[in-house]
Amino acid sequence: MSVVEGTARPAPIPVEIGRARGGPPRSKVLRRDLWWLQPLAIALGLAAFVGYGVWTAFRGDYYFAGAHAHYLSPFYSPCFVRSCPTDVVWGPAGSIGSVSPALLVLIFPMGFRVTCYYYRKTYYRSFWASPPACAVADAGSTKPGGARSRYSGETRFPLILQNIHRYFWYVAVLFAGILTWDAIDAFRFGPNGWGLGLGTIFFVVNAGLIWAYTLGCHACRHLCGGGLKRFSQAPVRFAIWRKVVSPLNAHHQLFAWLSLFWIAWTDFYVYLVSSGAIHDPRLF
Amino acid sequence: MSAVSTGELLMKLWRGDASGGDFVEYRLPAQEGEVVLDVVHRIQATEAPDLAVRWNCKAGKCGSCSAEINGQPRLMCMTRMSTLPIDEPITISPMRTFPVIRDLVTDVSYNYEVAKLIPSFTPGPRPAEGYRMFQVDVERGQEFRKCIECFLCQNVCHVIRDHEENKAHYAGPRFLARLAELEMHPLDTLDRRAYIAERMGLGYCNITKCCTEVCPEGIHITDNAIIPLKERVVDQRYDPVAWLGRKIRGRPRPMTPADVEPYTGAAAKAARAGQAEAS
Ligand code: SF4
Ligand code: SF4
Ligand code: FES
Ligand code: FES
Repeated sequence: MSVVEGTARPAPIPVEIGRARGGPPRSKVLRRDLWWLQPLAIALGLAAFVGYGVWTAFRGDYYFAGAHAHYLSPFYSPCFVRSCPTDVVWGPAGSIGSVSPALLVLIFPMGFRVTCYYYRKTYYRSFWASPPACAVADAGSTKPGGARSRYSGETRFPLILQNIHRYFWYVAVLFAGILTWDAIDAFRFGPNGWGLGLGTIFFVVNAGLIWAYTLGCHACRHLCGGGLKRFSQAPVRFAIWRKVVSPLNAHHQLFAWLSLFWIAWTDFYVYLVSSGAIHDPRLF
Repeated sequence: MSAVSTGELLMKLWRGDASGGDFVEYRLPAQEGEVVLDVVHRIQATEAPDLAVRWNCKAGKCGSCSAEINGQPRLMCMTRMSTLPIDEPITISPMRTFPVIRDLVTDVSYNYEVAKLIPSFTPGPRPAEGYRMFQVDVERGQEFRKCIECFLCQNVCHVIRDHEENKAHYAGPRFLARLAELEMHPLDTLDRRAYIAERMGLGYCNITKCCTEVCPEGIHITDNAIIPLKERVVDQRYDPVAWLGRKIRGRPRPMTPADVEPYTGAAAKAARAGQAEAS
């Protein structure tokens, strides 16, 4: 055996491969429940969000309700191109040309979600059908020699890149901070007034959900304490791991969907208000 | 599909061996309070005395009676008939991932071959005051010790269920959980990460969580074992920040070939002696 520090090609596990298994044919699905319903619903949910996201990102307009209140769409934050309203522009304004501001920033939250362990599960199941549902054969795996008869999981390029999820998490923390700032800014009405509109509440909920999703991330769970061998020697990290991050992590799927839906909703609300379609009720 | 009358059960059991077989129908009266294994035993006691089925405890603790009930990997002794749609035929088939020996009994020796390749618990030198462990440090590993080795997770995992050739380089969820337990052990001193990534094939898992869904012990295999292992491997090979931290603080002992000798090896014996002392 020659595997030390992962240099040599590992010896195979000594089992006989390709022995006849017997049993019912693998291509036959014996499950009798509606196993296809969940992957289908998830595929539709994700497709709907992507469709909405494309529409909103290319819209390049009606993302800031400045005339009424400082509501900046989360799809467009942070805003740092020439066309950004002066009230919300970040950094050296005008340095970047007139592309839709959303296109520049969306790459980060998108990369974060695409490499998220939960979303990986959803699209591997719903779009790759690998597997479509538990105990249902991987698409193509029952055709010997077919294009999909072999499976290498996340061991090779490009899927090995999923391992960079942690870097997106670092950036995602910044973004959660920015969206928190936007939520505070959503209390500003007019040039120097403060108030509370219905939209303000949507922004606060949005920031809360983003934090719940970001802090429940598996990379975060590992970094804050999960990677330790001895919790007893790091009581603070243990407390964060146990009391904050692990409970959020247990509901990571829930927050993944809630925050996804809510981002779209907040953006749509800003669109409605800034385009004048509806009037944002001011609570005080 | 054959009709099932009230008060009657229609069971379709897989009969055959590695060379082939078919579902065979058995009709018998429904009885109150039964689990699937009871019904299988009644069939065995009446119509099919030659039916092969493996079981031991009838209490969900020995892990012998794994099968697929209406296509779902389950323990037969822990599946109540009242939870199944008994107005329709109920199919019971052997686990699909392992070769059938006969009827519902499969040859699960692949799992034992993997088990032999898990580098043992390796404590450091015994301190003068003896080993001390805190509850918070051992808790995480205790979740994985609930495992009854029913191999339902190994059976459902598509990496080997649907891709036979991966059995040569993938340990499967049960053994990744075992490895996670060792990696999280407060007294263990071995760095198995490269080994887990390469020989145990950690990257093959695409975290689709079927192992977690079927585990009768409710072990969160994916969230609490596999993903933490993936993050540990990221620490080692994909994160320069973590790499720098290791340079500064030092690191556990990397594995040597002796650490992966099967349990009969001299190194394994020594490690086991250390384990006995530590526990
Ligand atoms: S989560 Fe990973 S180990 Fe578990 S069944 Fe899915 S692919 Fe297999
Ligand atoms: S981890 Fe769960 S499903 Fe897998 S062998 Fe152990 S008890 Fe069975
Ligand atoms: S954001 Fe989902 S696991 Fe990191
Ligand atoms: S007979 Fe022991 S687990 Fe079912």
